[in-house]
Amino acid sequence: MQDDPVIRVIAKVLIPTMMLFALYVQFHGDYGPGGGFQAGVIFAAAFILNATVFGLNRGRHVWPARLNLMAIALGVLIYGGTGVATMVLGENFLSYNALSDDPMAGQHLGILLVEFGVGLTVAAVMVALFFAFAGRVSHVRLLNKTRAHEKALKEKAEDSAND
Amino acid sequence: MGFVIDATLIAFLALIAIAALRRKRLFGMVMLSGAFSLVAATLFVVLDAVDVAFTEAAVGAGISTVLALATLSLVKAEEKPHSIAIVPALLALVTGLLLSIAVSDLPEYGAADAPIHNHVAPEYIIGSEEKIGVPNVVTSVLASYRGYDTFGETVVIFTAAIAVLLIISGWTRRETEITDSTEDDHAG
Repeated sequence: MQDDPVIRVIAKVLIPTMMLFALYVQFHGDYGPGGGFQAGVIFAAAFILNATVFGLNRGRHVWPARLNLMAIALGVLIYGGTGVATMVLGENFLSYNALSDDPMAGQHLGILLVEFGVGLTVAAVMVALFFAFAGRVSHVRLLNKTRAHEKALKEKAEDSAND
Repeated sequence: MGFVIDATLIAFLALIAIAALRRKRLFGMVMLSGAFSLVAATLFVVLDAVDVAFTEAAVGAGISTVLALATLSLVKAEEKPHSIAIVPALLALVTGLLLSIAVSDLPEYGAADAPIHNHVAPEYIIGSEEKIGVPNVVTSVLASYRGYDTFGETVVIFTAAIAVLLIISGWTRRETEITDSTEDDHAG
């Protein structure tokens, strides 16, 4: 797919648009349909498109696996951390009213934070799963190629021994 | 008009499901399951559940299809030939029949006096505007009223991802060692 100019150009236009749309879905979830789950999936889809069009290695280069693993944990930590912060401020776990003097502003901030946590974890998990599956595919191909190569070498050796 | 749209969409769902079952090539099956999710998402829009429709379209029709396609390149292109399994088919039919009978006991769609609309829902709908200031009630229920549940869901996603990554990468590492050693043999 890397050699098709149509797909390359379309992908280059689509990928930033998808990311922008994901951010819109993420932060506009209070007012319209959407939220962390949907935004995370759309954001991950942009990276998956990048990896399918420009190759797995370049895709991995854009979002390294180590960073990705940290992002998976960080999202859950942000969510839980918001809850712990409200406890430290003297309210119950995840009672966002404590986050600000104005209860409504506190609720807004709390919802923004936990939705961001959800989005981060979901996006990172989707990207990680895609790379895990796709990496396994290329690996099996390599394995099959090596086995075929070995077989050919063995046959060649047997042929020369028979001669 | 509403009935016609509902009936058409549900007929589409049934047709796609049957077509997917009759397909022998797995690629066709994966594409049809993506189409199934897309039609289901449309049905959710008709039911005014836009947030659910959004998730269904993004996860069911989008990411699941991509992951299934990635899996397809690991397996054979055709389904294994098999005879019809009678016991599971009978079980599915009986369960479907029981569910159809149970549907007649449900309150009418959109009925204001249905139990679901008289428990916590009024408090959420009023409170979402007055106490939280978030116009989208789904978001305020998801992130604030039911914050614990959403936290649990996020942890479930986290745990599932860790488990899948451990299984898949563990498998790969062992194979890597084999190929690496054979390549070394060739070199030596």
